[in-house]
Amino acid sequence: MSLAALNISKHFGKTTALDNVSLEVKSGQLVALLGPSGSGKTTLLRIMAGLDFPDADCGARLLFHGRDVMDLPARKRKVGMVFQHYALFRNMNVFDNVAFGMTVAKRSERPSKAEMAARVEELLAKVHLSGYEGRMPHQLSGGQRQRVALARAVALRPEILLLDEPFGALDAKVRKELRKWLRAFQEEEKLTTVFVTHDQEEALELADEVVVMNNARVEQSGSPQEVYDHPASPFVIEFMGNVNLLLRGRKKPGTQPTSLYVRPHDIEICQYVSGHTLEARVLHVFSAGSVGRVTLEYLETGEMLEAEVPRSEVDAMKLTAGQLVGLRFRHTRVFAKKDQQRQELVEVPYQHPGDAPQAEPAS
Amino acid sequence: MSAAKNQKVLPGFGIALGYTVLYLSLIVLLPLSAAFVEAAKIGPSGFWEILMRPRVLAALKLSFGLSLAAALVNSVAGLLVAWVLTRYNFPGKKIIDAAIDLPFALPTAVAGISLTAVYAPRGWLGAPLAELGIKVAFAPLGIMIALMFVSLPFAVRTVQPVLENMDSELEEASATLGAGRWTTFRRVVLPVLMPSILTGFATSFARCVGEYGSVVFISGNMPMKTEIAPLFIVTQIEQYDLPGATAIAMIMLGVSFFFILFINLLQAWNSRRTGTTKA
Repeated sequence: MSLAALNISKHFGKTTALDNVSLEVKSGQLVALLGPSGSGKTTLLRIMAGLDFPDADCGARLLFHGRDVMDLPARKRKVGMVFQHYALFRNMNVFDNVAFGMTVAKRSERPSKAEMAARVEELLAKVHLSGYEGRMPHQLSGGQRQRVALARAVALRPEILLLDEPFGALDAKVRKELRKWLRAFQEEEKLTTVFVTHDQEEALELADEVVVMNNARVEQSGSPQEVYDHPASPFVIEFMGNVNLLLRGRKKPGTQPTSLYVRPHDIEICQYVSGHTLEARVLHVFSAGSVGRVTLEYLETGEMLEAEVPRSEVDAMKLTAGQLVGLRFRHTRVFAKKDQQRQELVEVPYQHPGDAPQAEPAS
Repeated sequence: MSAAKNQKVLPGFGIALGYTVLYLSLIVLLPLSAAFVEAAKIGPSGFWEILMRPRVLAALKLSFGLSLAAALVNSVAGLLVAWVLTRYNFPGKKIIDAAIDLPFALPTAVAGISLTAVYAPRGWLGAPLAELGIKVAFAPLGIMIALMFVSLPFAVRTVQPVLENMDSELEEASATLGAGRWTTFRRVVLPVLMPSILTGFATSFARCVGEYGSVVFISGNMPMKTEIAPLFIVTQIEQYDLPGATAIAMIMLGVSFFFILFINLLQAWNSRRTGTTKA
């Protein structure tokens, strides 16, 4: 079932949680809402679930397979929801938790006891918890609770699944296992899924499409690769991983100041300075592990840079603190203010010293 | 390893325990055992004889029956008040919240006099109710109202914090699974609140059983009709029948003790089952 949330605005008092956000999810897709806390991602998810409502006057629409469901209360939207802290019913055992949705259904739609038992058994097998029917939630580990919550959410066979920070409260190892498992489960059940996360690695690894949110707006959406390789704004570039920022043209009058972003693994260190390189001094070399992390000072401006180069190169060049080296940037993103009034940043091509002028391929 | 064995993270266990036992003995156990000793003097047969007096039985029935009724009504009403105070925002909420503690702070005699004034046959509420044939003051109903008045804070204040801390995700999860408001309340909210409602019920009940000051004014104190057990004890003492008074006191103590014990066992069972700490 496809899902579209259109023109969603939401204010809590004077704070803006969502500012005219639109989002479309194709049937069977797994979409990650990625952003820092307070970016509005959870509010958007809650609006889709029917647990929050957009401002009355924003003309918001929520379409499930083309049908507007904005006026339906949460209990009638037939959406599976997994909460950040699982929200398992403590007074019920695993069986009763998973069967809850079936037991509260209208008498005419309620499955028989035997059907319920069969469905719960089937679901618990799917989440690898067969034999745990009689356990109480407090007797389960975090990962197990998470899976019970998931089984409960899909027990009524919803076609849309919403997850709020599904792995936030789990330790790193369990998180990685569950991630793979969730992806497989989601594909098998053909669930249109939206999940909220603040972990960019999780979003990139798991999602078909990543929607990066910041300050109540969507900054960028696209495939994980698109978002990582072609970030549309300085915010996205900074949020998606470690990055160096060089401010250029600040002091020269008459030139347009720009922000140049380069990822640590896109910095190439050359042993000798030449007309084709930037000049830098090595400040610190950290070379435990497969990658050598080098802290550099860019001599022209005195700005600091972090570079990641293979261990073999660190060893071959015998990089030590104080050494003068040349730098080349393999891949950069440069942003400049559009004009004096507007804060919005636009992309401008970056040119290496000594290189023939060449336009950056448009993203 | 003997040195390590004696190492305590928190020092002062000996003196702390000693103090606790001494204090408890002086304040609680000594007076109680004095009552036991006094009651024991009359022997089992004397005890039985006192218990079987119609006036004693009537007083005990009245006290426990009305206390139970008042505590039950307050558990429901208290839940409602706590619900309104935690779930909604409205002007004057703070004042109402503070007013709930008034029965705590008020001398019970003041409460008794005011209630009597209101519910007496010529009072503000008493007069119209008398027209309808309902007698409040100087009748069991009046006693129950006085008991409800003094024990309301217990019922509200035990439930309120639990309701405040309740995870709203539980109700939302229930809603996304298709449950309506009433089903959610009955199957999700109420089980979470139940331990605190029980605690509130038990403390309200205990307060009602022991209440004296506010009741004596409104009850009229007619033997066999509106005479509560604590008042009967006072009457016995005034007549220098100390063994009789202590015998009734013992019965009240016993019933209350087993009642509270029962509630506590229920709570312990529930918290073991759901893995929660006692409310």
